[in-house]
Amino acid sequence: MNLITLLLTVVSTTLVYSAPMIFTAIGGTFSERSGIVNVGLEGIMVMGAFSSVVFNLFTAKLFGSATPWLGLLVGGLVGVLFSLMHAVATINWRTDHIISGTVLNLMAPALGVYLSKLIFDGKGQTDVIQRPLANVTIPGLSDIPVVGQIFFHNTSLVAYFGIIVAVFSWWVLKYTRFGLRLRSVGEHPEAADSVGISVYRYRYMGVMLSGLLGGIGGAIMAESITLNFSISTIVGQGFMSLAAMIFGKWNPIGAMGAAIFFGFAQSLAIIGKYIPVIANVPNVWFTLAPYLITIIVLVAFIGKSQAPAADGSTFIKSR
Amino acid sequence: MKISHKFGLAAAIAVMGLSLVACGSKGSSSSASNKTVKYSAALVTDGGGVDDKSFNQSGWEGLEAWGKKNGLKKGVGGYNYAQSNSDADFTPNINKLIQAKYKTIFGIGYKLESAITNAAKANPKTNFVIIDDVINRKNVASVTFKDNEGAFLAGVAAAKTTKTKKVGFIGGQHGAVIDRFEAGFRQGVAAVDKNISVDVKYANDFSKPDVGQALANAMYNNNEDVIYQAAGGTGMGVFSAAKNQIKKKKVWVIGVDRDQTAEGKYSGGNLTLTSTVKGVDIAVEKLADDVKNNDFPGGKTITYGLKEKGVKLVKGNLDAAAWKAVQDYQQQIIDGKIKVAEKPSQLKK
Repeated sequence: MNLITLLLTVVSTTLVYSAPMIFTAIGGTFSERSGIVNVGLEGIMVMGAFSSVVFNLFTAKLFGSATPWLGLLVGGLVGVLFSLMHAVATINWRTDHIISGTVLNLMAPALGVYLSKLIFDGKGQTDVIQRPLANVTIPGLSDIPVVGQIFFHNTSLVAYFGIIVAVFSWWVLKYTRFGLRLRSVGEHPEAADSVGISVYRYRYMGVMLSGLLGGIGGAIMAESITLNFSISTIVGQGFMSLAAMIFGKWNPIGAMGAAIFFGFAQSLAIIGKYIPVIANVPNVWFTLAPYLITIIVLVAFIGKSQAPAADGSTFIKSR
Repeated sequence: MKISHKFGLAAAIAVMGLSLVACGSKGSSSSASNKTVKYSAALVTDGGGVDDKSFNQSGWEGLEAWGKKNGLKKGVGGYNYAQSNSDADFTPNINKLIQAKYKTIFGIGYKLESAITNAAKANPKTNFVIIDDVINRKNVASVTFKDNEGAFLAGVAAAKTTKTKKVGFIGGQHGAVIDRFEAGFRQGVAAVDKNISVDVKYANDFSKPDVGQALANAMYNNNEDVIYQAAGGTGMGVFSAAKNQIKKKKVWVIGVDRDQTAEGKYSGGNLTLTSTVKGVDIAVEKLADDVKNNDFPGGKTITYGLKEKGVKLVKGNLDAAAWKAVQDYQQQIIDGKIKVAEKPSQLKK
């Protein structure tokens, strides 16, 4: 492999691998910034993946090449519906957030398989979609010498979209009225309540945004990587996203960076074997590399990660 | 504290109630089907459902075919399956089937080895079958496949198809079974042309399609144009990587365990070159028949190879020349002229 192909491979595998996690980790950030711990991201991703695949299978003829993109939307909407269970349980019924989130995680895979059995004649695994979210070469940008070759050739468009969403979310949380209120509800709900902010409403919005983005994350996983839905479509990406969110200090851009970093570490472990000198390193180091690099970066560069003050607490409006 | 105690009591009562209900239903259904209980059979999957488009599905198809042939119904007293979603499900699933009085229980896949061994010890009157591993007990029949022979033919097909003289192999996890695939594939490629390089990579997991996609993407970018995947769910990522590459250049995937032609379909055609098929269905059907005929080969190991039609390579999208070469080599293996290695370490450099 020559240098450009090498870099192209690193960049494209990094982006493909991290795209689902970028969206889900940003979703988690919204939820936790509002004070609701959401360990149910994994389950939300499963439902997003399932619904997008079903949508894609049934409507590919109707919508043509727009199908996978609409599939993302459908995945996101189903994610919102699914996350509402978490919202009701934690916000209104004051359930422990971890327990409620775990329920989502336990329920989603079983529900997905059960529903696909209902829909597809008893098959617990769907067929392969014919309209996947394929890699694209971005016109214009890809004509830039070298950089265009590496970053914009046969690459994951949806990952770039995720980066834009991350920057936008950061702006929303930091500078808009909505973002400030959402954060105040997660830091000190009583104070927010005393100035007339509806804590319940903002917490609902936080959780629903995590459902939307987590559902989209799951849909990306299914529509760009596995191309079908089965019990092994989402295995751990939700938890990785949760880790990315904490790694990124509950900041959308940080979460995005962490997700890309995870992807990069993974892709380096794979590509390393094609780089002449490093290729002679024993295999076990390549397998260990993603985890080692993550620990080193976490300890050496990131420092203490502080959760929102009221994260995981239940708010009871008195009087 | 008081509240939690009460809650605990209520939960205990609820659980007892549930188990009583469960006992009730079990009793009634097994008494209703006393006639057929003699040769009822069930299988336990090794992770994933009976429609995993692979191993478990093949086993289930064999059992279904057998059940239909014998006029049995799905359910207690007939034929059934228990799906394992993780390794922790093996033992509960086996116990559930034993309690439902299935005469023969199939463990589909080597991962069930220890669970089946323990169950066989505790239930000497039940017949067990383990696929892809060997257990030396009187009430266990072991079935192994010469995957290396099928993989050898896949190697021949890849070598006859590659234009770049570079092919790839993506395995799930190191172990006796995937070793056979790797060894056979490499030997098959080398049999056709020693100058073709084989790039061997492992995902270290059977259910990580994202890693599979990254591995395959790197291989295709490294100009390898045919990849043989023996990686279960991880292999789905190999297909999606190929679909991203096919717009730029001609690439192929060789499927595993079942005919994976459907997985290779894309808007401009099909990129599944061929698949090595493992006749789990044939083995399951045969053994279920043996039990019915009171001829259960307990304590024995039955090996299925090309000769027994337990493994084979489908024609798929192979061109005529490649298919002819495959058939030539197949005959030589059946005649014993070529011995296919079982471990990569046995291959000559």
